Amino acid sequence: MLGYIGRRILFAIPIAFGVSVVCFSLVYLAPGDPLQTILPSDATAEMVAQIKQAYGLDRPLPVQFLLWLGHVLTGDFGMSISTRRPVILEVTGALSNTFMLTSFAVPLAFIVGYTMGAIAGCFPGRAIDRVVTGASVVGVSLPNYWLGIVLVIVFAVELMALPATGMGPKGSAEFSFFRWSDAQYLVLPVVTLSMIPVGIISRTTRAAVSEVLNQDFVTTLRAKGLGEFAVIRHVLKNSAPQVLAVMGLQFGYLMGGSILVETVFTWPGSGFMLSKAIINRDIPVLQGTILFLAMIFVATNLVVDLLQSVIDPRIRRS
Amino acid sequence: MSQTATLPAGARIDDDLPPALRVRGYWSSVGVRLRHDPATLCFGAIVLLIVLAAIFAPLIAPFDPYKESVVLRLKPFGYRGHPLGTDELGRDLLSRLIYGGRSSLLMGLVPVCIATALGGTLGVIGGFAGRTVNAAIMRTMDVFYAFPSVLLAVAISGAMGGGMANGMAALALVFIPAMCRVAETATAQVRSLDFIEAARATGAGTFTIVRYHVLGNVLGPVFIYASSLVSVSILLASGLSFLGLGVKPPTPDWGLMLSTLRQSIYVAPLSCALPGAAIFVTSICFNLVSDGIRSAMDVRL
Repeated sequence: MLGYIGRRILFAIPIAFGVSVVCFSLVYLAPGDPLQTILPSDATAEMVAQIKQAYGLDRPLPVQFLLWLGHVLTGDFGMSISTRRPVILEVTGALSNTFMLTSFAVPLAFIVGYTMGAIAGCFPGRAIDRVVTGASVVGVSLPNYWLGIVLVIVFAVELMALPATGMGPKGSAEFSFFRWSDAQYLVLPVVTLSMIPVGIISRTTRAAVSEVLNQDFVTTLRAKGLGEFAVIRHVLKNSAPQVLAVMGLQFGYLMGGSILVETVFTWPGSGFMLSKAIINRDIPVLQGTILFLAMIFVATNLVVDLLQSVIDPRIRRS
Repeated sequence: MSQTATLPAGARIDDDLPPALRVRGYWSSVGVRLRHDPATLCFGAIVLLIVLAAIFAPLIAPFDPYKESVVLRLKPFGYRGHPLGTDELGRDLLSRLIYGGRSSLLMGLVPVCIATALGGTLGVIGGFAGRTVNAAIMRTMDVFYAFPSVLLAVAISGAMGGGMANGMAALALVFIPAMCRVAETATAQVRSLDFIEAARATGAGTFTIVRYHVLGNVLGPVFIYASSLVSVSILLASGLSFLGLGVKPPTPDWGLMLSTLRQSIYVAPLSCALPGAAIFVTSICFNLVSDGIRSAMDVRL
């Protein structure tokens, strides 16, 4: 068991290294000199050289990368160009807001998707199965940014039942989801964000349940006279590890992929910050946010793998 | 192998042929299965309509999609000959929706084609060469797998400064790793089979083996996977335009229209929802057609 965990962690290290190389090279994808945003337009050649030296930009690229990696590992992501605050403070603040959204959206998606998928998987080929399969296709084909806008039109513009955007007048500092006046701001973004995972989880559950139903042990259970309800309980238990793994991956996807939904609802999370950073050409914030989100994604994948091997010992033996 | 056994009920075989010729080839049996799948045909027709409308936009669109009018801003449906009303700059919404299909479809299809060509080639090379080459290619791909797709697309096109070409390049890069993995798996499965060994024993060179024996077995899964990516690509491309990273104004594009009309959500909520509906219909039709082709081709990914 420990050996398996160690191996998986060792495998994740080169990936994390590669991710940081990609994030570092993002700066060099930008058109023009990375210094352009800092320098005044009438800067002399000596001034450019001086600033280049101050930022270490006159050194060879691999040295620049190692210096940058060293800074990043000690938590120094540089300063935001537009707000002049350390990137690390900006990113962690925004990440906690995104985390709040995903930590509601993923369980919601699991409950809805698992129920739908389990019902469809138990009655393969019936009308209910076709309804659920159709709904899950809709879930994955629906542009979630558009769904957000439609929900705003229905619930905020027409019915005026829920707030359209933002986190409320007090902002994120005093936000508490135990107060309805604050929590109502969560409803539409969470529902919108859970749409794609509902589609994916219900599809996975349907496939897993119908696959387990065809296994020999189910016939044995029925043969020894177990009631249909108890059989289904066994089937659900056996299909759970696969679905849980998909759910875990969805958590990582939502943390990194919430940019569109957050932009629709002007939710002050990491995605919204990313889109602001792109508009302002704030490369340090862009780089820092992407690095953080990608690392969270790598870490969730790792945790999902490890948890799966704890739940299902067959995985670590293979 | 009898292909006729897998035909659905109702599929008729030409009775006037001698029995030995009744067995269909793979592609004609796929065609027969598709012809007996009304749902896929129906969604395919919608896809065809959307594509044709985009190609022949200048002939169909009732107005010039760029013509602005100060007095005609945000007019409701049916106002003075504008069937779907006008947008925030007084441009005809229907014409812009028809023209918008051009950039949205282009940004949906081009990245998938690039990714299929590049990712597929890399995957076949990796899968066939094995060992170090395979490890080098696949471990590089793993790094790009470590980014959620939306994030990677936004990061690359954002860093490159937006625009349609950059957006397409970013999306292609997002799809290459997945495409590569599909091609690599299919190639590696075929590589160790006996008929490859037999081909080599008869003196076929590597190129001939790949060209005639590997590609035929790899193209099926690759094609199916590519067709399922089109819908994702349309969603992501419109998302990039929605964020201001794809198509630049005033070019009509569904994602961009959604983002500019969003400012008028309280004035004209219905027109605001229209471009998104176009994205949704296109994406779901591509998705369902892809599902239909997959089951007709009987490929498991």
